[in-house]
Amino acid sequence: MSITVRNLVKRYGDLAAINDISFEVKTGEILGFLGPNGAGKTTTMKIITCYMPPTSGTVEVDGLDNAERSLEVRRKIGYLPEMNPLYHDMNALDYLEYSAQLHGLRGAAVQQRIREMVQVCGLEAVRHKDISEMSKGYRQRVGLAQAMIHDPDVLILDEPTSGLDPNQIVEIRTLIKQLGRAKTVVLSTHILSEVQATCDRVLIIHEGSIVANGTPEQLQHDFQGADTLTVELKTPSTHPIEEIGSKLKVIAYVTGVALDSHADGVSRFTVHSDKGNDVRESVFRMAVSEGWVVLEMHRRVTTLEEVFHQLTTA
Amino acid sequence: MAFPGLSNIGPIYRREIRSYFNSPVAYVVIVVFLAIVGWFFTSDMFLANIASMRIVFELVPLVFLFFIPAVTMRLLAEEKKSGTLELLTTKPVRDGEIVLGKFFAAWTLLAATLAPTLIYLVTMMVLGNPDPGPVLSGYIGLMFMGGVYIAIGIFASSLTENQIVAFIISFLFVLALYLADKVLIYVPEGFVSTLEFLSIDYHFDNIARGVIDSRNIVYFGSLLGFTLLLATASLQRRKW
Repeated sequence: MSITVRNLVKRYGDLAAINDISFEVKTGEILGFLGPNGAGKTTTMKIITCYMPPTSGTVEVDGLDNAERSLEVRRKIGYLPEMNPLYHDMNALDYLEYSAQLHGLRGAAVQQRIREMVQVCGLEAVRHKDISEMSKGYRQRVGLAQAMIHDPDVLILDEPTSGLDPNQIVEIRTLIKQLGRAKTVVLSTHILSEVQATCDRVLIIHEGSIVANGTPEQLQHDFQGADTLTVELKTPSTHPIEEIGSKLKVIAYVTGVALDSHADGVSRFTVHSDKGNDVRESVFRMAVSEGWVVLEMHRRVTTLEEVFHQLTTA
Repeated sequence: MAFPGLSNIGPIYRREIRSYFNSPVAYVVIVVFLAIVGWFFTSDMFLANIASMRIVFELVPLVFLFFIPAVTMRLLAEEKKSGTLELLTTKPVRDGEIVLGKFFAAWTLLAATLAPTLIYLVTMMVLGNPDPGPVLSGYIGLMFMGGVYIAIGIFASSLTENQIVAFIISFLFVLALYLADKVLIYVPEGFVSTLEFLSIDYHFDNIARGVIDSRNIVYFGSLLGFTLLLATASLQRRKW
């Protein structure tokens, strides 16, 4: 069940919320939508789920155009909107029953699916409670349960873990990963570790355009800047600090050395080298030959945070 | 259900009914309505010695002007505000089904509100010898009139996420329909018959007198159809 988005544009008056976005999500793929607030993530999701039409461009779910075959498309999609709106005057079971019926389930199938969802989403303890009395974590689970009640092939989740505590976040992530094996999942978030933990592929959106598209590892690799190494050395007091620094600078590919701190014969350096060149071995060999003790050595890899920051603040 | 494409009316209807009757809304509406109508009916009967429901059929259309906007104002505005409308409209549900489900729920509440007043008819049958024909057709007229008001209320509720605004808009619309035949002296002669025909109270009076003319049925039927379509179109406005 694939999703194909072609040349999507959404304008509010003169303001373009989405500016010519095209991408594809394949069956069984978990796609992470990343972007600062107001980048167009939610708008894109609202268009995919048929809540609002695009100004121009098309969306196809499983080959069905979602403007022409809206009802069929909506049958295939499970959607958790951004603020997780729920009917606060209903209890979890009634609400899930309502959702199931609206998806066309009838009779025994309704109760069967509700039982499964209560179990999968861990709602046993609160199933008779009014939604208004539930904690945010449970509400989020109810939101997920209603999105999955009809066993959809496509799940669109707008910030599924917002407002949850760390334990709940891990639970929901595990759940999404499990589901993602059989389903096509699109989720948006601005928690970057979440993308790394759950998504097969990342789309970074900035001001309505896609600025990066690839696996988290790929993005980290592509946007890796100069290599940076942090070294902590214990040196004999006979070696002046300046000398150590200039010796390190001689190593091949090293472009700069900076002293971060120095106390009691222990000094910390930051060693910069050309992109893609690992100088750890050379630094180690030099330390051995000079009689320095390496207390710590750490190569910094560009994090997704930095990639994100680079792409969305330019 | 037998009608494909209408099968979601049921779940929506049941949810709205539950929402009315699980909250104080239905009970407050019913109690206040019965208190007002009961006061006028009993004072007519005991103080003026008139065993007639005429006063009921004169009064209820006025009470409807306030009551029905109050009952319908939340139907879509609340869902807009809380965001549940987004959930509802991204499910495989037609906009028409949403409007009809909510319409029938409010109509049911209206019937439940009017039903206890049938005891007045029973009381009069015991005390005197009234003709039940006009009374029953009066009830049919009230249900028609209430139906149109409800459809207008749903339309107004779809325009805004503020329930007070929805209330005021639907009040103005139903007031205009109600007053149309009461301002006839102010309009040019050529418009009088048109305006009279557009007035809801004119048709209601006919029905309440026991005369159910096809013109009245056509009027209510088409007005109901038109206002329901208007509400559905307004719900689809998000797609424009």
